[in-house]
Amino acid sequence: MDFLTLLQILDSTLRLATPLLLACLAGLFSERSGIFDIGLEGKMLIAAFFSAAIAATTGSVWIGLMAGISASVVLALLHGLASITFRGDQLISGVAINFLAAGLTVLISEDWFQQGGRTPQLSGAARFNPITLPLTDTIGAIPVIGPIYTEVLSGHTILVYLALLAVPLTWYVLFRTRFGLRLRAVGENPGAVDTAGVSVTRLRYTAVIIAGILCGLAGAYLSTGFSAGFVKEMSAGRGFIALAALIFAKWRPWQALGATLLFGLLDALGTRYQNIDILGVNLPVQFMQALPYILTVIILAGFVGKAIPPRAGGEPYVKER
Amino acid sequence: MDTMPKWADVILIPLINLILALLVSGLVVLYIGENPIEAIGILLDGAVGSTRGWGYTLFYATNFIFTGLAVSVAFHARLFNIGGEGQAAIGGLGVALVSLSVNWPHWTVALPFAILGGAVFGAAWAAIPAYLQARRGSHIVITTIMFNFIASALLVYLLVNVLKVPGSMAPETAAFPKGAHLPNAYEVLGWFGIPFNKFAPLNIAFLLAVICCFGVWALIWRTRLGYEIRAYGHSEAAAVYAGIRPFRITMIAMLISGALAGLMGINAVMGEAERLVIDSVQGAGFVGIAVALMGRSHPLGVFLAAILFGILTQGGIELEFEIPAVSREMILVIQALVILFTGALENMVRMPVEKLFLRLKKKAG
Repeated sequence: MDFLTLLQILDSTLRLATPLLLACLAGLFSERSGIFDIGLEGKMLIAAFFSAAIAATTGSVWIGLMAGISASVVLALLHGLASITFRGDQLISGVAINFLAAGLTVLISEDWFQQGGRTPQLSGAARFNPITLPLTDTIGAIPVIGPIYTEVLSGHTILVYLALLAVPLTWYVLFRTRFGLRLRAVGENPGAVDTAGVSVTRLRYTAVIIAGILCGLAGAYLSTGFSAGFVKEMSAGRGFIALAALIFAKWRPWQALGATLLFGLLDALGTRYQNIDILGVNLPVQFMQALPYILTVIILAGFVGKAIPPRAGGEPYVKER
Repeated sequence: MDTMPKWADVILIPLINLILALLVSGLVVLYIGENPIEAIGILLDGAVGSTRGWGYTLFYATNFIFTGLAVSVAFHARLFNIGGEGQAAIGGLGVALVSLSVNWPHWTVALPFAILGGAVFGAAWAAIPAYLQARRGSHIVITTIMFNFIASALLVYLLVNVLKVPGSMAPETAAFPKGAHLPNAYEVLGWFGIPFNKFAPLNIAFLLAVICCFGVWALIWRTRLGYEIRAYGHSEAAAVYAGIRPFRITMIAMLISGALAGLMGINAVMGEAERLVIDSVQGAGFVGIAVALMGRSHPLGVFLAAILFGILTQGGIELEFEIPAVSREMILVIQALVILFTGALENMVRMPVEKLFLRLKKKAG
């Protein structure tokens, strides 16, 4: 493998990791507040559809992005209604949201565009275009660092940089603000937060809405940045890989970046090579595709460090009377 | 004391939930610009208006009975087995391996072995998440989701690299030997002189599904093990106090659950396709969740809910044929709404209904 190939692989790693990272951070906010979210997949999918569909009809990717985020937030609120207000099973609600998104996106796209569950191809201002980072000419001339800067870091859409920026931001919000402290507390011991006079319901709804916004960004990236249009089932299990990454990262933001980059790399390698020889053992592409899931099971099994979820996760909070 | 009579809990609430789900689905159809009443007419006619319709409806229902029972048994032990999809896929692999292993002389000989193959493979695929839940505390929902993906990757690998017929492009196994052919409804009913559609895939596996319904009912409500499973599901602490071992119950409930999901292969792989193809399950594992929720985890409820979803699946396909604007993904939406209303938003209906019954009771008293 030569240097240029390596750079190309790293470049696509970053592209493929972006939706995972955004969805993973979405799950981080939700689950840290005690609301399990296996509906990341569905929220991403519906956002992917609405951002591409609205971008195609209005010609503006930004209006599309807003539509995508709104659609994702609507599903997030539905999840909140079921799991916070009506104290339903959060896992079942997540399952329902995934199906709802899978069905509605195809149904509505057929109605709007009649293209077999696709939206029209996006071009120009209707999609996010690559941004060239400043000083590429100057830095590009430096050996080794130069090509890394120009080939790997530069030339992505704005959402990629936004996703990377979201990592320190999430860390800051969760670990350096009062809101973050309360959010983490409500996921561990909602009773204590309630006793302190802070509304559990409100905190959890806020967390669920933040998750909706981040999933919206992830979905919009899929259909208007990564690809040029929506295709049915385009989230293709990424919501579940993000969930896997979240467990892999043990519900922490910087580790989430690491985990999603790792899974992005696996994806990039799997797309590029059909078979990989490692120490004489031939690894088929299907093994690479399954690796994130296998790794997650190993992590969950606690053989490589124990993943301990937020203690109050999955349980509806019933105020004492 | 119960606030509601039993019939309200078992019939009224699921019915209200179903009506709500269908109403919202009707609104979706209305939004697309089609007439929901007309759509329901086409759907019902396509599903139950002919022997061909019935043949497909009950074929799909058979799949859903297996996966619905699988989810139900795990539910009784308060385990949410979301891995029916993967267990059914691996079960299908087991059925296929058994069917291809020998040149079977007759289906009556092949069937017991195929049942064993499907059940053992399905149970094995459920065993690892079950063990990890029982021994290492890994959340079974997440591990079973992961195992669905691993199963799908494994099957693609096996079909493309190992099981494919040499020289063929299609990623599927060879056709099963003639002796492994299960009689379909046309043949079975033909023995009694009853005419039935020749091409509908309904086959003898339907009877196996019905037997499984009885079996699960007997197991859960008529055996000591079933009592232990239910006790464990109601309260782990109380069960442990009564000397019930959580590890044992978790393992047994999940193994039975996986075996039931694996048996779906008898219907879909052995009964219909007569070869193993990629994605033989086609989402039936997930429909099982809706079926179990709707059927209140009771075999009779599961049976009825499975037929309902069979009608929706077959009718939905016919509907797409008649009104192309309403694509078959409509069934996904209905399924999602049923899961939402009967599962996640259950309290939205239950709370007002309970209040109503309390008020009635006060008036009467």
